[in-house]
Amino acid sequence: MADSGSEDIAVIGNTDLTPSESENNLKNTMVEKGTNLLKMMEISVAEAEKRTGKNAVNMQETYTVYLIETRPVDAASEGTNPVPDSLWRRYSEFELLRNYLLVTYPFLVVPPLPEKRAEFVWHKLSADNMDPDFVERRRVGLENFLLRVASHPDLSSDNIFYSFLTEENGWKETVFETGFQAKADSRLKALNATFRVKNPDKRFAEMKHYGDELQSVISQLLRVRARAADRLYGVYKVHGNYGRVFSEWSAIEKEMGDGLQSAGHHMDAYAASVDDILEEEEHYADQLKEYLFYADALRAVCRKHELTQYELEMATMDLTSKKQQREELATGMIRTFSLKGMTSKLFGQETPEQREAKLKMLETQIEEGKEMVKERNAECEEFVKSAWVDIERFKEQKDHDLREALISYAIMQISMCKKGIQVWNNAKECFSKM
Amino acid sequence: MSAGAPRSLASSGQKSIQDMCHPLSAQESALSPGRAADKDLILPNGTPVDTSSPASSSSLLNRLHLDDDLDGETRDLFVTVDDPKKHVSTMETYITYRVCTKTSRTEFDLPEYSVRRRYQDFDWLRNKLEESQPTHLIPPLPEKFVMKGVVDRFSEEFVETRRKALDKFLKRVADHPVLSFNEHFNAFLSAKDLNKRQGLALLTKMGESVKFVTGGYKPRARPAEFAAMGDYLDLFTPKLGTIDRIAQRIIKEQSEFLMELREYGPVYSSWSSFEEDLHDPLEGVSGCVSNCSSALEELTEDMSEDFLPVLREYVLYIESMKNVLKKRDQVQAEYETKLEAVVFREDKKTPVPTDVEKCQDRVECFNADLKADWDRWENNKRQDFRQLLTGMADKNIQYYEKCLAAWESLIPLLQDKQEAEGETS
Repeated sequence: MADSGSEDIAVIGNTDLTPSESENNLKNTMVEKGTNLLKMMEISVAEAEKRTGKNAVNMQETYTVYLIETRPVDAASEGTNPVPDSLWRRYSEFELLRNYLLVTYPFLVVPPLPEKRAEFVWHKLSADNMDPDFVERRRVGLENFLLRVASHPDLSSDNIFYSFLTEENGWKETVFETGFQAKADSRLKALNATFRVKNPDKRFAEMKHYGDELQSVISQLLRVRARAADRLYGVYKVHGNYGRVFSEWSAIEKEMGDGLQSAGHHMDAYAASVDDILEEEEHYADQLKEYLFYADALRAVCRKHELTQYELEMATMDLTSKKQQREELATGMIRTFSLKGMTSKLFGQETPEQREAKLKMLETQIEEGKEMVKERNAECEEFVKSAWVDIERFKEQKDHDLREALISYAIMQISMCKKGIQVWNNAKECFSKM
Repeated sequence: MSAGAPRSLASSGQKSIQDMCHPLSAQESALSPGRAADKDLILPNGTPVDTSSPASSSSLLNRLHLDDDLDGETRDLFVTVDDPKKHVSTMETYITYRVCTKTSRTEFDLPEYSVRRRYQDFDWLRNKLEESQPTHLIPPLPEKFVMKGVVDRFSEEFVETRRKALDKFLKRVADHPVLSFNEHFNAFLSAKDLNKRQGLALLTKMGESVKFVTGGYKPRARPAEFAAMGDYLDLFTPKLGTIDRIAQRIIKEQSEFLMELREYGPVYSSWSSFEEDLHDPLEGVSGCVSNCSSALEELTEDMSEDFLPVLREYVLYIESMKNVLKKRDQVQAEYETKLEAVVFREDKKTPVPTDVEKCQDRVECFNADLKADWDRWENNKRQDFRQLLTGMADKNIQYYEKCLAAWESLIPLLQDKQEAEGETS
């Protein structure tokens, strides 16, 4: 809630403003286009909590809410540590926000949300949405989503996004008031429709193909990785059995007993170490998943381009046919088949007055058509320009992020190997004392 | 019935007692942990040994089979089994192994021998040893029968595993202060052609004094120390079984993990094929996973070839030991039965018949031999398992070291482009 404890909030540069004034200040600064919100404000999804309540059909349901905390950036640097603003949101509200952004900015690659249901799980990992590990990973994913949006040059200045972060009550109504739902429906229809574009922009066609390939390869990677994780779990855990049998065996030995017993402890430690290893690997899987879903967002942009291109082509075709009709009418030569033309042939020529009226109507239509084509053309060009800028930005982000992900994966593997070497060296020492 | 003072034992071979190491001297202080400090180790047959890694040092130890009651200097008999070769004839196909001997013992005509023997010959030797030295623990041979169709008797892995086991068998015999002087052993090592009927003649010469009649006498209470041996063996056997099962399970899980890795790596490769900037990093990861896969394959193969067979050998060893214990029980039973019969029949003044005296001798000899062999066995067992488990640890360490090297070498490759990008931007 923006009002609670707002006296404690340090506003950039000026601490004498009243709460409402400071709020306006922040809001106005936010609206400035091209500003990265994160330069002004710290955002985090700090906690997750279980709630129970009645749902739309008046049934009891349990759901999780996430605490979004925001704090002006300068507050920390000034030494004071004010209580951050915070509010609770559930996953469905995040979904609503994203849908709004998708519809409002169809030319942008909108950051994805973490998965709704756990997929690509290996057997020990729970597929239950209520599982604390899943909730924790989701919390991280939601924070990541907010940070991505807040650092996007265009999305960060969106008002609805800002109020998502700062206005607990009434936000939903505000979103619906924008009327984006209507656009959402037509967008969905468009995305699912099949149509053929005559002159698609090559770059977008390639991007769409890339999106398809990326999605396919990451899915495969996640699937195999999950299976491998399962197996690795088995390998480590079976070693725990050595711990037990060494312990039992040491009981019937004299000199060998101590060495065996302590070696057994190391085998137990080895078996236990796999839980942390695989927990860390889940972070890597989450990073891959983000780009799996990003691929979808990328494809949506390419699809949207196809749609705008298609509509332009339709308008152009329509204009051409109208122009042709006018020409035929003017010269009397019939080149295109039309029912009207046929009937006039069958039932006799029109009167000059009739022809005049028709011509006039066509002229109007042609003028309208020209406007339409101009409009659609501009739309197309505008779309291509904006979308391509964002796609380039996305490409760079993707290359950077995935490279980082691979580096941290390699580091994880190195850490795992070092731990393995240490445990087995410890065990070896015990064995050598047998 | 306690073991009497050691005398000139009929089963000790032709050496006089002064020249031999006393069997009871087998209980020496433990050998210091097997770590070959000398880097320039050479096998008795002259080939140098690679000691570049700790794991190969312990395998060296395996081959030399240093014994704790005979240090390097007093050893005068060295035996190795190597160079397996396949022989194909119209009748059958089989493998022979070269058996090399180097010795300064006068029981041998020459200081060096090199003969070829097949598994059958080892089996013959073992049977002969069991017959002629029934009071001693004879080391086990690798399993005789292998299911055709399940195991390839001529695969490199199988032959190598068998060779190692046969080598160990001969070394254990060679290290034994009594068995190593056995006539059949001598013939096995030195005869050009092993005429297996020759053994029969030798046996009848020595036979009388050593052939025991084991015929259904009512078993008596075992003396405490032999009862303890039996109890230990009964407790130890299931532990071995459990360890065997665990090892097999681990190998299985590792193999299945390996299968997934072999699918996992190539996915990075196919991903790299449609990336530009990310092409090299992704290829690098693919290569890394591939290296780890190879390392894992080596680990599972090594465990299959080196670890499991040794466990199984000990199971066989224990089986034959239990049999020797039973034989001892029978000898004791025979003696006590005859003694009781004599005591009941006559009055205490008449001397004990020689028949009963002979039985007493037999019991005392058996007990002494067995006790000595048991102590030696315990020491060997300790060394063998120390080596086995240390070897297992080594193999795992090597596996992780290989993987570590692969991933560490990848990091600069992954970070490289970033530095280059930093320079150009």
